[in-house]
Amino acid sequence: MSAATVSPGLRRLVFWSGIAALCAWVIVPIYLIALGAFGGRTGVFRWPKSLLPWDSTLTAMQTFLAVEGVWSAALNGALVACLTMLFSLLLGAPAGYALARYSFTGQNAFRMLVVLTRAFPLAILALPLTVTFIRTGLYDTAIGVALVHTALALPFAALVSASLFMGIPRELEEAAWVFGCTGLQAFRRIVLPLALPGLAAAAIFAFVISWNEVFAASVLTVRNKTLTAYLLTVLAESPLHFRFAGGFLLILPSVLFIFAVRKYLFAMWGIANR
Amino acid sequence: MAGITIDRIEKKFGTVTALQQLSLEVADGEFLALLGPSGCGKTTLLRIIAGLESQTSGRILIGGRDVSMLPPRERGLAMVFQNYAVFPHMTVYENVAFGLRMKGVSDAEVRRQVERAAGLLHIEPYLDRYPAKLSGGQRQRVAVARALAVQPAVLLMDEPLSNLDALLRLEMRSELKSVLSASGTTTVYVTHDQTEAMGLADRIAVMHKGVIEQIDRPQPLYERPATRFVGGFVGSPPMNFIDLPVSGGIARLGGFSSPVAMGEGTITAGIRAEDIAVTEAVGLPFDVSVCEPLGATLLVTGRIGGQLARVSVRPDVQVRPGDRLGLVPNADRIVWIDPANGKALGAAA
Repeated sequence: MSAATVSPGLRRLVFWSGIAALCAWVIVPIYLIALGAFGGRTGVFRWPKSLLPWDSTLTAMQTFLAVEGVWSAALNGALVACLTMLFSLLLGAPAGYALARYSFTGQNAFRMLVVLTRAFPLAILALPLTVTFIRTGLYDTAIGVALVHTALALPFAALVSASLFMGIPRELEEAAWVFGCTGLQAFRRIVLPLALPGLAAAAIFAFVISWNEVFAASVLTVRNKTLTAYLLTVLAESPLHFRFAGGFLLILPSVLFIFAVRKYLFAMWGIANR
Repeated sequence: MAGITIDRIEKKFGTVTALQQLSLEVADGEFLALLGPSGCGKTTLLRIIAGLESQTSGRILIGGRDVSMLPPRERGLAMVFQNYAVFPHMTVYENVAFGLRMKGVSDAEVRRQVERAAGLLHIEPYLDRYPAKLSGGQRQRVAVARALAVQPAVLLMDEPLSNLDALLRLEMRSELKSVLSASGTTTVYVTHDQTEAMGLADRIAVMHKGVIEQIDRPQPLYERPATRFVGGFVGSPPMNFIDLPVSGGIARLGGFSSPVAMGEGTITAGIRAEDIAVTEAVGLPFDVSVCEPLGATLLVTGRIGGQLARVSVRPDVQVRPGDRLGLVPNADRIVWIDPANGKALGAAA
């Protein structure tokens, strides 16, 4: 056996260095951005870079957070992202359920169509969208931006939840019906609890897509910009360490959010491995 | 407690007819097995009784009440599924209690019923575990307990033992039989395993291509199959079918002859492997090709004039591949079958 000839020490070394590489892949860029954000005016330009935060300062961050509109833009961005999350779950999960449970004519075409919505470049849609939004009063509102972001996130929400529901045996639902549930009760008591971790993952995905989206958010708003769109306009004329501060602030919510719901993500793999 | 009446149920999937105008009576407290190969419509019929599938036409009556158009929850039945279908996010206790909770039964009564059902199936030690921590056999016990906890008028079982390994299946089979006969629940049990059907059921309905070929108690079904299909499907090894030429009302082949209910032509003799005596020379000429010692018996496979046949003999009989033997069937137990339509010709003449 070749596996037996490799010493356990070496195998452990390979294992842990693999883990370290994967962690570094994610952590190093975030750390560098953090260094830039907290390194102060001069820290960004210093070379060679000190990798330890000796002379960290909060001034860049403080100044940045004091810039007019950052807080309201962050709040606005979070609102849009939450609305996107809500819309794409409310629309995507039922679509996914239908795709998973019922066979209907044109099912495959529908599946294709769902994915195809991503084929339209937003840049082409921007002008007609703007005009329509101005006419309907959705222009420069959180709901308007959230609607566009929902269009972006919905295909994923529908397809991910379809595969989720497909993973829940139909027999479970049938058992619930036989033992006294209506269709809706069976969904709420059996299907929903089992699908929840996966749905949470789909929701996070929608949140992140919306939080990071910049084009539609820039075009469709003037005063009520999301943080991403706001930073794009403001930071273009800012010094470098401000830009790092802005970048750090952009990363933070996604990371925190994923960290907060990681339990559900792991639970999802747990169900997959059952 | 209630009987089931299945009245001219028909089911079509598109242009394919799964069930053809099928009628059936299950008496109150009876254990009926629906037996047949996969694709014969037995599971479809069970699902129609449960209300999980809708019939194209016909009626289902449970305890005299027409339930044809009612949803499953209003039919007063319980079901055990092939893949157990225990809810993975609930403890065993909550699984067993599920049907009672949906009925809005008081907590004290739920506890009483759950403990009773758990006791019957010997799952008390696992009540606060989750199903993921249980073996397949234990999960199936939970599924059966869940069904019995609601004290259903009718219990439907869809191949409940097919996912268990052989030894466990045997154990569960005898246990199911004692539990169900004690509770006196009307049971419809779908299986493709003829030993399971024989061992458990009061009556067996053998299904084939969407029709019931024969319905009878296990022993008569085994001894006097109404069609060639039933004889071939029930029993292991399957019944032997030997075509014999008939002339002047006598079927004759080699040293064997018997009067039959037919003038001229060909007739099929259905003979069970154990109803044949082996001799040196007289009787049907039999060329041995394979001998399989099965412990209690010796199964000899060979050919009678080119037709496959199996004979079950005592294990100490000396037979070798290549031998030519004479077979003498027990004349009373031969089932004469019309080869044109595969139906048995009444009593042997």
